[in-house]
Amino acid sequence: MDSGQLFNLTTVAYFAAMVLFFAYIATKNNKVALVATMTSLVGFLIQTTALGLRWYESYQILGQDGRAPMTNLYESVVFFAWSILLIYLLMDLKYKQRAIGAFVLPIALFSMLWGQMSLNSSIDPLVPALQSNWLTYHVITCFLGYAGFAVAFGVSIMYLIKIGKEEKHQGNEPMGGILGMFPSTKILDDMNYKAIMIGFPLLTLGIVTGAAWAYYAWGTYWSWDPKETWSLIVWFLYAAFLHARFTRGWVGRRAAWLSVIGFAATLFCYLGVNLVLSGLHSYGGG
Amino acid sequence: MAETKKNLTDSIWDFFCSLKLAIILVLLIALTSIIGTILQQNAPAADYIREYGQANYELFKNLQFIDMYHSTWFIGLLALFSVNLICCSIKNFPRVWKFVKEPTLVAGSGIFKSSANRAEFSCKESKQQVAEKISDLLKKEFAKTTLTEKDDKLYLFTQKGIYSRFGAYITHISILIIMAGAVIGNVWGFKAYVNIVEGTSVDQVRSRNGTAPIDLGFTVRCDDFDVSYYPNSNRPKDYNSDLVILENGQEVMRKRIEVNDPLTYKGIKFYQSSYGPAGNAFFKVKATENATGKVMELRADQGKQVPLSSGYSFSVSNFTENDRNFGPAMQLHVSTPDKKRGAPFVVWQNHPQLDTKRGGVFSFTLLGYEQPQFTGLQVAKDPGVNIVWAGCFLIVFGSLTAFFFSHKRIWICLEEEGKKTKVQIAGNTHRNQPGFSLAFDELLQKIEATAKNESPKKEG
Ligand code: HEM
Repeated sequence: MDSGQLFNLTTVAYFAAMVLFFAYIATKNNKVALVATMTSLVGFLIQTTALGLRWYESYQILGQDGRAPMTNLYESVVFFAWSILLIYLLMDLKYKQRAIGAFVLPIALFSMLWGQMSLNSSIDPLVPALQSNWLTYHVITCFLGYAGFAVAFGVSIMYLIKIGKEEKHQGNEPMGGILGMFPSTKILDDMNYKAIMIGFPLLTLGIVTGAAWAYYAWGTYWSWDPKETWSLIVWFLYAAFLHARFTRGWVGRRAAWLSVIGFAATLFCYLGVNLVLSGLHSYGGG
Repeated sequence: MAETKKNLTDSIWDFFCSLKLAIILVLLIALTSIIGTILQQNAPAADYIREYGQANYELFKNLQFIDMYHSTWFIGLLALFSVNLICCSIKNFPRVWKFVKEPTLVAGSGIFKSSANRAEFSCKESKQQVAEKISDLLKKEFAKTTLTEKDDKLYLFTQKGIYSRFGAYITHISILIIMAGAVIGNVWGFKAYVNIVEGTSVDQVRSRNGTAPIDLGFTVRCDDFDVSYYPNSNRPKDYNSDLVILENGQEVMRKRIEVNDPLTYKGIKFYQSSYGPAGNAFFKVKATENATGKVMELRADQGKQVPLSSGYSFSVSNFTENDRNFGPAMQLHVSTPDKKRGAPFVVWQNHPQLDTKRGGVFSFTLLGYEQPQFTGLQVAKDPGVNIVWAGCFLIVFGSLTAFFFSHKRIWICLEEEGKKTKVQIAGNTHRNQPGFSLAFDELLQKIEATAKNESPKKEG
């Protein structure tokens, strides 16, 4: 069994988990929710094994030049999915709001599908600039940060769907139907904030480790290249989110929209900069 | 008159302290930053004119978009942002400092009436006994308590995580520290580059923004440069240069640098960044005069005429490192004593015997060749960098403190009511209300059970 097969298995597990989460919302059966959560956990464990295996394989293929599996677009996309699951499962442990899975797993699944189906997954040796431990620290922290924002995004979408219907909903009895299975808007709003609170310091650390790496490789910790600039834009957007939230009372709908915009900027920083703009970073071109 | 003047300074102060300004500035900086990621920065004028036309180029130039991150308006935004941050911190800090200096030891009745987390019960023992028991319990389960007696009532106060109130300030101050470090680096440091041909030395480098050359104050020599490739591929694995630092002709330091591992001397760092060929290759050639069997070992620079014996000479006119997979090959021709140029022919390094079959006056063997290289170095001096790193450390530390810890306080008031003691409890936190509510309820059960001499109730 090689890591590629394990990643395929992971993709299948995430797909199954997603379908189960949909089924849970439709059937309102708590057992289904438990199975769905377990399936995502199993997928996550398989993926963790696969990441470890790919790391090991890199040593078999490249000898002493083996490296952590986080150095090209394919590996980053897979690692993104892993990070999302990690943050999601941690938040599930605390909140136990199972329906969230239906809005978070599709993001991870999409990542995996894209990686497995259309990106080059060969293990190539690294050009000199990428041979640095800072690269590993940088990628891990950035992607865990992005994952926090991805979970916040999923939760915000749920919030926006639910609040729209809730405001039209009359009377005191709780809402029925599919939306009844969504967590209350108050919890969704709180989770949005919490996920961003996890993502923000991690992104801060990601920017700092990126600066440290640039300093050791090129002699400048900051050179305003598009990738750096976009990570700062994302960081500023979420800083604005935090301040608007606790001082100007931007909670609920406005906070949810800010989170959606923030995640759009995050995705642009991650993918758009390389696929649309040009820069120093290595992921471009696949 | 004095009144309105005061109001004016007040409103200017308020303007600079306001969070509304902060949010607007942060968003404005984020939005305008996008320009420089779309429009190539610091490219030659001709590039902009070709791509966008003369008129647009003039516009970009006037708006300072060509080097926007160093433009007056962008630096101005950053400066305004710093002023905002400083004012806001000055304004709010005393409030936070008060939490430390003057904790509310005696809770007013308002706290017990309106806190989100509160409870009330009575028990039989005297207020002193109850206070002692609860103190012991809280010390074990929460934090040390402070006891105050006032108006015949006993007040207990305890708190945890007060330092988390400082998280936001640490974060803000570290932003200022990082900016200060960046300014110091820009004013007292430099960013430059230099190319050194193998075997030669330099004592000046060129500034990246094109001003006069910078004197290093010492000499750097490159003894050797190497590129290594991954096996069976033309992907470079490493570049490295053997650098030697000389002061007054004396060697003081030597290091083999590579990408991601620079040399530092007197605060100036030399980074391996590029390389390239410097001048023509030269060849070690063995020539045998076929008639006499005389053997000569010669050094030939490409394109230069090299004398052989008996008035003949030759020159290497071309060279390739790999000729149709036969390996390194040179093309040369021999000139006769009367300067007539013979037909060119090829000699392969890996097939030394081949040329004897050509049947010329001389037969040649290529013993080796060397292509001199230059090593391209980025040279940087940044006296502010450690300040930046200190700021980076603090910002991570500060934002973690701000987000993952909260200031939690619990107040208790004990008062005699007939033969009983009335116990009022209230708790508050400045972040993570739901989490605190759970912990508070749990603590409450223990307090009540202890005060009433029961074992804690299970669930409920
Ligand atoms: C991009 C820059 C900034 C970052 C990263 C930042 C970061 C933070 C963080 C992490 C917190 C704590 C958040 C929380 O309690 O949930 C905070 C609080 C705060 N920030 Fe900022 N901040 C920035 C800019 C500013 C500016 C420019 C101002 C003021 C003009 C400001 C004013 C405040 C205030 C008043 C608080 C609340 C302080 C308290 O809880 O006592 N921030 N900031």
